[in-house]
Amino acid sequence: MRHYRLILLCTLPVWLALQACGSGVPNVVQGNREGVLHFGNGTEPQGLDPHVVTGIPESHIVSALFEGLAVKNPYTLEPEPGVAQSWDISDNGLNITFHLNPDARWSNGYPMTAQDYVWSWQRALNPAMGNQYAYMLYPVKNAEAYATGKLTDFSAVGVKALDAHTLQVELEAPTPYFIQLMDHHSTFAVHRPTIEKWGKATDRFTPWTRVENIVGNGPFRLTDWQLNRRITVAKSDTYWDRDKVQLNGIVFYPTENLSSEERMFRVGQLHYTQTVPLDKIPVYRAMADSPYVNAPYLGTYYYLLNTARAPLDDVRVRQALSLAVDRARLNNTVMHGTNLPAYSITPPGTLGYQPPEIVRHDVERARQLLREAGYPDGKNWPGLELIYNTSESHLKIAVALQQMWKDALNIDVTLANQEWKVYLDSVDQMSFQMARRGWIGDYVDPNNFLDLFLCGGGNNNTGFCDPVYDDMIQRKAPRAASRDERYAIFKAAETRLMEQMPIIPIYTYTSNHLIHPSVQGMPSNLMDAINFKYVWLQDTPPGSEL
Amino acid sequence: MWRFIGIRALQAIPVILVVITVTFFLVRLAPGGPFDSEKAVIPEVKAALEAQYRLNLSMPQQYWAYLKDLAHGDLGPSFKYPGRSVNELIAAGFPVTAELGLYALLVALGIGGLAGVSASLRPNSAQDYLPMSAAMIGICMPSFLLGPLLILVFGIYLEWLPVSGWGDIPGDKILPAITLGSGYAAYVARLSRAGMLEVMSQDYIRTARAKGLPEWQVVVRHALRGGMIPVVAFLGPAFAGLLSGSFVVETIFQIPGLGRFYVQAAFNRDYTMILGATVFLATLIVVFNLLSDILAAWMNPRLRAQFGQDQ
Repeated sequence: MRHYRLILLCTLPVWLALQACGSGVPNVVQGNREGVLHFGNGTEPQGLDPHVVTGIPESHIVSALFEGLAVKNPYTLEPEPGVAQSWDISDNGLNITFHLNPDARWSNGYPMTAQDYVWSWQRALNPAMGNQYAYMLYPVKNAEAYATGKLTDFSAVGVKALDAHTLQVELEAPTPYFIQLMDHHSTFAVHRPTIEKWGKATDRFTPWTRVENIVGNGPFRLTDWQLNRRITVAKSDTYWDRDKVQLNGIVFYPTENLSSEERMFRVGQLHYTQTVPLDKIPVYRAMADSPYVNAPYLGTYYYLLNTARAPLDDVRVRQALSLAVDRARLNNTVMHGTNLPAYSITPPGTLGYQPPEIVRHDVERARQLLREAGYPDGKNWPGLELIYNTSESHLKIAVALQQMWKDALNIDVTLANQEWKVYLDSVDQMSFQMARRGWIGDYVDPNNFLDLFLCGGGNNNTGFCDPVYDDMIQRKAPRAASRDERYAIFKAAETRLMEQMPIIPIYTYTSNHLIHPSVQGMPSNLMDAINFKYVWLQDTPPGSEL
Repeated sequence: MWRFIGIRALQAIPVILVVITVTFFLVRLAPGGPFDSEKAVIPEVKAALEAQYRLNLSMPQQYWAYLKDLAHGDLGPSFKYPGRSVNELIAAGFPVTAELGLYALLVALGIGGLAGVSASLRPNSAQDYLPMSAAMIGICMPSFLLGPLLILVFGIYLEWLPVSGWGDIPGDKILPAITLGSGYAAYVARLSRAGMLEVMSQDYIRTARAKGLPEWQVVVRHALRGGMIPVVAFLGPAFAGLLSGSFVVETIFQIPGLGRFYVQAAFNRDYTMILGATVFLATLIVVFNLLSDILAAWMNPRLRAQFGQDQ
């Protein structure tokens, strides 16, 4: 009997510990009181150097700490003044003059100048920098030549500081979306003295972005960075538009695990989640006053078809495969209706552009095409392999399509999953017949999707090459007199592309978030873009908390 | 004794060298590189990146350069986190992982030891079967199931404990420690039961009982030390396993430990981080195995006598 005393003695501290710690005040309640947003940010950022980082989690933090010449209005996505208070575009569309806001300051109080931009763009384009988004500046005259090392004299690149507050940019060709690009971190200015204090301009390894060193120019400044734990920013008192900033701070959490993130939201540790686990979506949908927010997103999920390899070298086979896919059914079953069926590469409603829809579900036509190609009712079918990177959702979609092809065309498609980097390598080397792919737009313009399929394009990966198509995208569209004319050219080009069917579009992405009802000023938009200076927290009345 | 330690330490050097060499070449032979991404990387940019990380050198040159840096204690810059060195990432993550591992070990010893000892006192009774069945379940239940279950019960329904974090909210270390420790508690329970059963049948225990000592004194003062030798031998590998195997628990509970960096590094082809963490953990495992051997030898009078003769 006596050893029970021992057991009791040992379990007592555990029990006491349990009693001592209620969960305390949830972050959300505390945050609403103090004006601090608790933001689920997906992963630990690679870093905070605007010319180094590539991911979406990084871009959230960087856009809080830095600001571009122009920023996106989160409601309309149209550019509005950032560091530049205005800009003029010449009649031929080739010269843009930015007028910098004289009140724009670095977080150390020094004024921002046009020279800061010249120096920063040189850094962003310098091949030694290894900036993976350098191509955001390629519309600038000679920028591509400089970035690829063909030109070493930066003064030949089309960016000049006319005076401290006037920046003149000369473009290679008219680029209607150029102002939009000024909101991308790759085009941001960085603080030269800070960077040079810690190393060479193009050095990727210096500690200039650490809390104690970093100098930014955004609505917030960095106050704490604990690896894999949290990043905290506080409202900046040097920011030119500080009166508009309503949040006192933001805490970014590296929420890698979707389920953990959802649980954190449920117990009030987060205002905002980066995404929602698929199996939880029906539950949240059914809730009254649901925090679940689902909106179209500028991205397309599709399959690449290797047009150089049989049987996909035959356009009829490619068309048949695409026509046999019942996208609406796929979306309603496998994906719980969370996405939108896609019938083309460009997402619909890209700043008013509507893509052609010529690949509707049509089993009869698909069978006929396959018969014409020499595989009547799947006879003589040589087999086809689909590769995708290992993931539950890619697998589910692949299995559903495999069955659709079997049912409609009586053909076998084998599935092969590959680890992420192996898959990237296969796609890059074009060692596949059919491969899963997704493309998320960098800016809102059909060009961002259509220029993927230029001859030899780095992200083409299908072998598709059509000089007429290239001419329409590269020469005709930029010279169009109006947006309508330009969109008409894009639509004709996209129709041409979809007739050749080097890809099978499957769905248009949507953004999925859980957002606490107290969060205001964070509207859904096609870019899933957040402009933190618009965000504010409304204290919710008691009882309405989740 | 010192000779024993010396020999074991010398044996460790080739082991670690082999680990470095194999890992170094394996990660580089895996398809896909650290700079491949979904959006095609411009060749000039890729070349610049590779030059910054010495990937433009031949493999033997890279290997030699790495060994030279390693000799200076420099594990190199991380590929995934430019601006952070691998030393820094390990220094940030390891203390957290070690703390978690330590708590988990305490959970394992506390719960497992108690269950095992109490089971051994009444073998083949309910007092034996119940904890031993629980231990079996504990061994079988993976942490990715136990963790979310504990969170659901204690975090979400009862609202007693936080569902995530580490050192942010009071009590947020309890669930991760239990989740990570319970599997090991099960092993400890079975080992300590077996060890105690063996010791309890020894002559000196009968002597102790014959002296009229109360049963609990017989157990605590006489049997425990001998009965725990198998557990102590298990502690070294167990602690090493806790350190290198806490990835799942760290992910479930959002803990900023080394495990998350380590596994992410493999997915990212972060060559230097994979190597650095592997070398670091391999060294730890070797050291802990050595320590537990020494401890077990010290606790076992027969082995101790042997060492005495060595000297």
